[in-house]
Amino acid sequence: MAIDAPMRSGSIAAHAPTAADFERLATYPHLVVSWLEADGYPTSVATTFETDATAGIIRLASPGGMSIPTDREVGVLGSHIHPITGGYDERRHLQLWGRFDGAEAFTPDRVWGWDEAETPFFEYSERSVPQSRRYLAALSREKGRTIRPRLSPFWLALRTTRLPFLSATAVPVLLGIAVAASHGAFTWWAALLTLLGGSFAHLAINVTNDIFDTLSGADEANTTPTQFSGGSRVAVYDLVSIRGLTWVALALFAAAAAVGLLLVAVTGSLTLVWIGIAGIAVGVAYTAPPLKLVYRGLGEIAVAIGFGPIMLLGAYVVQTGRLGWEPLVVSLVPGILIALILFVNEIPDRRSDAEAGKRTLPVRFSPDAVRTGYLVAALAAFAVIAGGAAGGLLPWPTLIALAAVPLALRVHAGLKTHYDSPYTLMAVMGANVNLNLVVGGLLLLAYVATIAAMLLA
Amino acid sequence: MGWLPDPVERLLDVALVGELTVIGHNGRPVTHPLIPLYHEGRIYLHSSTLFSKKLEHIKRDPRVALAITDPVATKGNPDRATIQGTARLIEEDPHSDWERLILRLWRAKEPSIDDFLKVRVALPLFFERAVIAITPERCLYWAGGRTDLAPVETRAPRSEAA
Repeated sequence: MAIDAPMRSGSIAAHAPTAADFERLATYPHLVVSWLEADGYPTSVATTFETDATAGIIRLASPGGMSIPTDREVGVLGSHIHPITGGYDERRHLQLWGRFDGAEAFTPDRVWGWDEAETPFFEYSERSVPQSRRYLAALSREKGRTIRPRLSPFWLALRTTRLPFLSATAVPVLLGIAVAASHGAFTWWAALLTLLGGSFAHLAINVTNDIFDTLSGADEANTTPTQFSGGSRVAVYDLVSIRGLTWVALALFAAAAAVGLLLVAVTGSLTLVWIGIAGIAVGVAYTAPPLKLVYRGLGEIAVAIGFGPIMLLGAYVVQTGRLGWEPLVVSLVPGILIALILFVNEIPDRRSDAEAGKRTLPVRFSPDAVRTGYLVAALAAFAVIAGGAAGGLLPWPTLIALAAVPLALRVHAGLKTHYDSPYTLMAVMGANVNLNLVVGGLLLLAYVATIAAMLLA
Repeated sequence: MGWLPDPVERLLDVALVGELTVIGHNGRPVTHPLIPLYHEGRIYLHSSTLFSKKLEHIKRDPRVALAITDPVATKGNPDRATIQGTARLIEEDPHSDWERLILRLWRAKEPSIDDFLKVRVALPLFFERAVIAITPERCLYWAGGRTDLAPVETRAPRSEAA
């Protein structure tokens, strides 16, 4: 397994104090000393201090008019924020517990803390999700009714289905329709139905993927999800139950099937039936047992087939009733680029994926191999366009899509710089999503120009 | 409305962070940095269910102490104070109780919270929150932050502490 760097420790978990803790503590300007008073109330007072890591003690300046007790546990806290406009940042704190000797020496035996420079707030929050679930479960028992986290229906639907990812369906479907139109076949309502059916299928597969990634523990193990990776997390957060997700997936699959059957009935194309069955099968087998393709490092191939030939040829067949070489060649481009979206989005997930037995390509290969693989595959997509145009299979205006090569190179360079930082990698993941949109958009533009030229000729 | 000394009320009005000490397992004092809000004699703190250990401690024992100690967090005001009191949790609906009760106060002190609220979909559990309402019972005040000197002690009038 090519996991290249040790996993970050997250928040500073409770442990016996070390020399590093004394060093950390020494950075705070004062400490807050707390204890329980005789009446049972806690109290606290700020004081100055010196650390002595060698002796394992902290020398506390005596507060005036108060006696730090020696017969019970005492806590000391160092806390830091940096005020900024509208709020604050640079949060960190360190809490130690131990005994005070009555003179000046506090001997800690336990320490806990958090430093957002080491564990970003979002990661800290993700690590705390189990605590939230436990608390809300206990609160539900206490109140005698179910108390769950909520989102408004709109945001919940958007999050559950991962709606923004529909651009991955729009590109190949629109390209398939455009290629068919350049061949003289275009029915607007069939085009709309194709887009609708493809979108339902995509959303159904997204939800199915979340169900199996939640059941396998892959999503829960992932404490550095981003807007591009780590799944919808609605089940991890208990916003939707697995049962609820199953119903959503079934409803979306049913909607996709209904649209597909309508298109089959209208076009009379049996080819469309096979394309539809292949699409659903690849989508489900992506995460569902027994195949679990993404768990075996075959996710990229499944995505390339699903969002390449299946989507694009499906859209083409709806319009023309037949298969063709040109749409097949064009389909390789979004197929490769959308597979690369998955490939890059798997990078920040690789440690949690490995824990859950999800042996994706970034889990299997070294960072260098992943970066090289990205470059080779992205350039292959452009080579398909150049070769297709040179061979006369694609109209020459499609060469305009080569203008996106620098964007691919930028993503490749970003992978080198940000490979180990899930949060700074987000900009690279966004650029990689844009690469598919830009190339797809330029290819669409090329086909529109081709169709316009045909109409004007 | 409250009985806390004016300088302490001023500290509470500006402090971006205070240190809340609750009673943990086995009587251990556990201290959490939190943003304190103050309104009509009551101190309000709030906590996401993500970081709800402190809430569990308060349920077991509601006696708490809140210290304001950091001049960096009080716009340079060097005074310090510790307020002891009894905490009550408000969490009938962790999704929205806090919005109704303390969002206005929170927003006034930390306006950037609105930016986070706009992307609530990205942080759904962060905004499932309990409000910790503290009734002050005893106050220790150190003018100029001189904790090497004895504090000025004030206690709640009997009717307020009850």
